[in-house]
Amino acid sequence: MGKTLFDKVWDAHVVHRIDNGPQILYIDKHLIHEVTSPQAFKELEQRQIPVFRPEQIVATADHNTPTQNQHLPVKDKLSRKQLEQLSENCKKNNIQLYQLGHKYNGIVHVMAPELGITQPGMSIVCGDSHTSTHGAFGTIAFGIGTSQVAQVFASQCLLLTKPKSMRITVNGTLKKGVLPKDVILFIISKIGTNAGTGYFCEYAGEVFENMSMEGRMTVCNMSIEMGARGGMIAPDETTFEYVKGRKFAPMGEEWEAKLKYWKSLPTDSDAKFDKEYSFDASDIEPMITFGTNPGMGIKINGSIPEHKDASFEKALKYMNFEKGNQLVNTTINYVFIGSCTNSRIEDFRVAANFVKGKHKAKNVTAWLVPGSKQVEKQIEDEGLKTIFTEAGFELRQPGCSACLAMNDDKIPSGEYCVSTSNRNFEGRQGQGSRTLLASPLVAAATAVEGKIVDITQYLN
Amino acid sequence: MEKFLHLRSRAVPLPIENVDTDQIIPARFLKATNRDGFGNNLFRDWRYHKDGSENKEFVLNNNQFEGEVLIAGHNFGCGSSREHAAWALSDYGFKVIVSSFFADIFKGNALNNGVLPIQVSDKFLKTLIETVNDKPETTIEVNLKDQYIAVEGLNLKESFDIDTYKKTCLINGYDDIDFLVSKKTKIEAFEKHLLTNPR
Repeated sequence: MGKTLFDKVWDAHVVHRIDNGPQILYIDKHLIHEVTSPQAFKELEQRQIPVFRPEQIVATADHNTPTQNQHLPVKDKLSRKQLEQLSENCKKNNIQLYQLGHKYNGIVHVMAPELGITQPGMSIVCGDSHTSTHGAFGTIAFGIGTSQVAQVFASQCLLLTKPKSMRITVNGTLKKGVLPKDVILFIISKIGTNAGTGYFCEYAGEVFENMSMEGRMTVCNMSIEMGARGGMIAPDETTFEYVKGRKFAPMGEEWEAKLKYWKSLPTDSDAKFDKEYSFDASDIEPMITFGTNPGMGIKINGSIPEHKDASFEKALKYMNFEKGNQLVNTTINYVFIGSCTNSRIEDFRVAANFVKGKHKAKNVTAWLVPGSKQVEKQIEDEGLKTIFTEAGFELRQPGCSACLAMNDDKIPSGEYCVSTSNRNFEGRQGQGSRTLLASPLVAAATAVEGKIVDITQYLN
Repeated sequence: MEKFLHLRSRAVPLPIENVDTDQIIPARFLKATNRDGFGNNLFRDWRYHKDGSENKEFVLNNNQFEGEVLIAGHNFGCGSSREHAAWALSDYGFKVIVSSFFADIFKGNALNNGVLPIQVSDKFLKTLIETVNDKPETTIEVNLKDQYIAVEGLNLKESFDIDTYKKTCLINGYDDIDFLVSKKTKIEAFEKHLLTNPR
C-alpha cells in the first residue's frame, strides 16, 4: 500500500519505536518565543542539562510585544521582563534571536517561512498551537506545551504516539470574493471543532493546488481549530518557487538534492487515510462567525442557526445575538487585520485593493498589524501604506497584537470586532470582547461601512 | 513530577462543552516566567466579575462543591498550547479531569504535569454530573493501576484507557526528559545517519 505525505515525513524522522508505546521523533527546527519558553529554560537549568542542538533553534519576540514605539523600552514591566528573559536565555545558550526591532522580527509563523527556515519534508515544533501553519510546505509542524519545549531543548526529540491521518479534499473553483480564510472557516463550520482531534490533516484538491503559499498558510494555520494537531499540503512548484532564494533556503547542489526529495513527498495514489471529507468549492461563500468557537460560522448573508444546547445558548448570550438573526447590518466599531492567520503581504494587498479610494467609517477603529518587519516593509514599498493611511486605517508595528490581546491592543468589553485572527473564544481579544472571525476582505469592507455588509452583493 | 497512584475525592462539576484554554487561563496572565501561582487566576473571567468581585453563580465559588476532581463537558482544553492551563488546574488543586473528550495538546500537557485526564463515555459523564449535582458530598474513586473511575457507594464504575508508557511515568513520577536524555546515543546515531542520507 502507498504512503501518505504525512507517513513519508513522519517515518523519515523516527529515531526509535518503543514497544506498545510512543515513538521518538526527531525535530529538525524548534521555534521559540517569549511566552512559552522561560519555564523550559529554567527546567533545564535546574536539572543541569545543556541545550542539545542550539543551532536548530530560532527565536523571535511576538506574543507580548507592543505594536507602537517598538524603538522605546517596553512600558509594561512584566512584558519587559519576559522579553529580557528571552534575550538572556538565547544569549546564554547560543540561540539565534530575532528580537523586537530586528529586520527579521515578526510573528513566529510568518517570519520563519519568510526566511526560508520552513522547508518541505521537515519536522518543526513550537510552543504555540498555530505551528500547524508551516504544514503549508508539506512539513510536519505542530504546537507543543512547555514541558515538551524542554524535552526538545534537552534532546532535539519528542516522545509521541503517531496521530491518525485524515484528508480533506476541495475540488472546483472558488467564487469571487471567497478567500482561503473562508475555505477553512467553511470546513470547520461543517465538520466541527473536534473532528480533527487525534489526526494530522492533509488538504488536497484543486482549490489548494491553485492557492498561493500565503493562502495555504492561512488554511493550515487553522487546522488546530478543528482539533487537528497539524495540517499539510503537498509541496509543488508553488512551494518550491516560494522557498527558492530565501535567506536560509538551500542553494546549488544542495537545492537540487532537496528538490528531488521534496518531489517524492506527495501522497501516493493508493495510500489510505483513516478519515476523509470532501467538499465542492462552489458551495463555499464568504464566511463570518457568530459564536465563541471557530466552528460557529455561517455564510455572511446567512442566519444564525437554531440549535438547542446549553453551550450553544451560552455562546449566543455572550455574543448578544439571537437564533435566526442575520449578522448583516450589525454595527461594528473595531476591525483587526493581523495575526499568524492573515498578516502576510497578500492579505494586505486584498484589503488595500478594496479600501483604495474609500475611507473607513467614522465609528470604526481599524488596526492593521503586519506579521513581520519584512511584511511591514513590503506594505510601504508597494504603496499600500499610503492607501491605508488615506483611508483612516492605523498601520501598526508587527506582532501577535489583538489576536490574543496580551499587549495593550485590546478590544473593549462588550464591543464587537471583525477580526482576521483565528479564535473567537470569550474574552480572547480583551476581557468581555466579542470576536467575529472573517477574511481580510470582509474585515476591510466592515471597516469602510462601519457595519457587516454582504460582500457578495457588494462585489457584484 | 509527583507520583499518581490512587485518589479518593469529592468533585466539582463544570458541564460546559468546548472549555478552551483561554477560559482556563486568560492570555493576560501568561506574562509570568515561572510555573507557580496560576491557580489564583484559574477560570478567572468566569470566577470573577470585571470589578474583581466573585461571580457567585460559578461553580468554583459554590462552597457546596470541592475536591481534586473536575468533571467537565465534551472537548475540554481546546485552543492554545499554553501549558499554563495545566499549571493553573494543578496549582488550584485538581489532580484529575474527567470529560467525554479532550483536546490533544491539553491532554499531553496535563499528563506531563501529573494531572490525569480521564476520558469516559457520554453516558457515564452525564450520570456522574447528575450524581454530584444531586449529592455534592459524593466521593469519586480513581485507580490508575487498574484503570477505573468509580462512585463510592453506588454501582457506578467505568474503566478508562491510558498509554502504557504514560501510565508508568505517572505511577513512578518520571517525565519524558529523563527518558529522552537516556537515549542520546540513539539520537546521535540518527543524526549521523541523516548526514550520510540527506533528506
